[in-house]
Amino acid sequence: MAGRSGSLREYLLVRLLLLVPNVFVLLTLVFVLLRVAPGDPISAALGGQLPASELARRRAEAGYDRPLLVQYVEYLGQVLSGDLGTTVTDSRAVTDILVVNGAATLTLTVAAVLVALLIGVPLGLLGARFRNTWLDVVIRLFGVLTYAAPVFFVGIVAIVVFTGMLGWLPASHQASPIMQYSVESRTHFFLIDALLAGNTRAFVDGLRHLVLPAMTLGLLVSGVLIRLIRVNVAQTLRDDYVEAALARGISGRRVVLSHAFRNALVPFVTVLGLQIALLLGGAILTETTFSWPGLGQQLVQYINARDYIAVQGIMTIFALVVAVMSLLIDVVNALIDPRVRY
Amino acid sequence: MVFTPTVPTDKDLHATAARRSWLRKTVDVIAYPYRASSGVARGMLVAGTVMVGFMVVLAIFAPLLAPAGFNEVETAELGAFPKHAPPSSEHWFGTNVQRFDVLSRVIWGARTELQVVLLSLSLTVVTGVLLGLVAGYVGGWLDRLLVLVMDALFAFPYLLLAIVVAFLLADKLPQGLGGGIAVAAVAITVVYIPQYFRVVRNSTISAKQATYVEAARAIGAPPFVVVMRYLFSNVIQSVPVIATLNGADAILTLAGLGFLGYGLQPTEASEWGYDLQRAVDDATAGIWWTGLFPGLAIVWLVVGLTLVGEGLNETLNPTLRVRRLIPVQLTSVGTTAQEPAVAGRSSGRGGEDA
Repeated sequence: MAGRSGSLREYLLVRLLLLVPNVFVLLTLVFVLLRVAPGDPISAALGGQLPASELARRRAEAGYDRPLLVQYVEYLGQVLSGDLGTTVTDSRAVTDILVVNGAATLTLTVAAVLVALLIGVPLGLLGARFRNTWLDVVIRLFGVLTYAAPVFFVGIVAIVVFTGMLGWLPASHQASPIMQYSVESRTHFFLIDALLAGNTRAFVDGLRHLVLPAMTLGLLVSGVLIRLIRVNVAQTLRDDYVEAALARGISGRRVVLSHAFRNALVPFVTVLGLQIALLLGGAILTETTFSWPGLGQQLVQYINARDYIAVQGIMTIFALVVAVMSLLIDVVNALIDPRVRY
Repeated sequence: MVFTPTVPTDKDLHATAARRSWLRKTVDVIAYPYRASSGVARGMLVAGTVMVGFMVVLAIFAPLLAPAGFNEVETAELGAFPKHAPPSSEHWFGTNVQRFDVLSRVIWGARTELQVVLLSLSLTVVTGVLLGLVAGYVGGWLDRLLVLVMDALFAFPYLLLAIVVAFLLADKLPQGLGGGIAVAAVAITVVYIPQYFRVVRNSTISAKQATYVEAARAIGAPPFVVVMRYLFSNVIQSVPVIATLNGADAILTLAGLGFLGYGLQPTEASEWGYDLQRAVDDATAGIWWTGLFPGLAIVWLVVGLTLVGEGLNETLNPTLRVRRLIPVQLTSVGTTAQEPAVAGRSSGRGGEDA
């Protein structure tokens, strides 16, 4: 393992260093998109509402009348020091948005990934195990449909059935208003706050609100999982060691679960990591569908208010998440597969 | 020492032959995947083509097929439309909160959807292929810079990118430049350029080393000729497959944009995503028809395009053809086979697998 081209530690170190240019390019992209293209943030957000002299005064105060290059360097410095700016329209610190609304987005995405794994892994394995039978066809069809149906369409169908017709589950927000006020916000994760407060009713209420959004977003991701697992496991099932295992009299089920599945994990983790974009995009749409108070919903609101500082801040967060996720994926892959080295 | 590769011939004769064969070639190129495919791949191709074709028919003949305009709330035959009317013989798909006829919105929506996707795909393919060719052929710092930018674009959540671009364009673009359709198309274009760029750049780099390119350069062909004549047709092989699959994805992105309220203005065209956004409030009240039909239309078109793309992929992609998996026969669950599992070896019936 060691001795070949490089050790695990070396690989991780190089990969960590690569994060720097990676983040730098993403941040530049955000700056160009949101500060160079649209003009200065003050006029964009407040133009037309204030007299020109007042606008100019505020612009100078915030430093937006300086050369773009200076502002760019300043922006990079701010991000480095963990300051993402203050929104123009409602003077909120972007880091505050990250803490409050990020918690809601994280709750939703984690729950969705759990749902996706619960649906995707068994179906994918079944599809690989019973390739080209009717079961496989049904599973593949299910996979295609989860990809082809926009997440908000699935959401609407779920709302029609479970809220409109059956009346079983709530269709918007993280919790009922009463519960929201009855739980003191400490971690900003509603479910955790409810637990900390020992408020079981609030916790159950929060869970009930989570079911539809998490199922909706989870279904979207599960389609990708099914496809991935099915193809990769089917491919490893053709390998010699699988045949060897079968020859030793190990049952088909065990071969699938403990031999083929583990070796199918590397491509699986890689592609799963790339799905972070799908997950975040899906989260924006899911949050809008279910009025879920997450980052995506905030982003849409700030875009509509033409608050470019807020949008830039949230985009920066997303960019950092993407960069860090791709780093994590590579690290996990290196841990699973000793051949992954530079 | 002068050696010219071009042989002067009778121009006229050449031209007519070339023209005829050009038409012939186009038909052949289009028909090729249908002829060459077999089994499941052909089934997917045909089914997908039929599904997409149905939508194309709806799009082209929308004025004839739709019972009303996409933003009409009354017609001569049906009178004023009611609000939120359930499906009936007068309004097959019901009416929505704005009193529009849902069936008409769905039909007119097909037109919008195909317009935007065609426009954006053309823009994407042209820009992506061009940039990829240039980056791959020229190399050096230009190549590195482009790769850097494209990778960053690719890593970014695609919907986010599309939203921001659509929003910036809507503010900046002068009115009358195709309006929302152009805005939506460009926003989608930006998202998908990196994919073409990558594929074309990589195959350009490997094709650049080929002997025939070296030969062309040796006889003095200028870079432009080398790129257009020798590299172009060799590096665009995988573009049709990516384009069809991207088409499916682009529909979803467009619907996502429309759902969030970016891109098209509701007054200028009917868009399924926008209709679904209006249907969210209906859903809580149990009104299902305003959301179901536009949503199904999206699913229909995306599934159709995906089937065509996957069918093309299995037919045209040589690596997939080789990689056809031999079906594995596992010993059935439960029978813990004691005997050396000769049965575990698959008999080589690789043919029917797809």
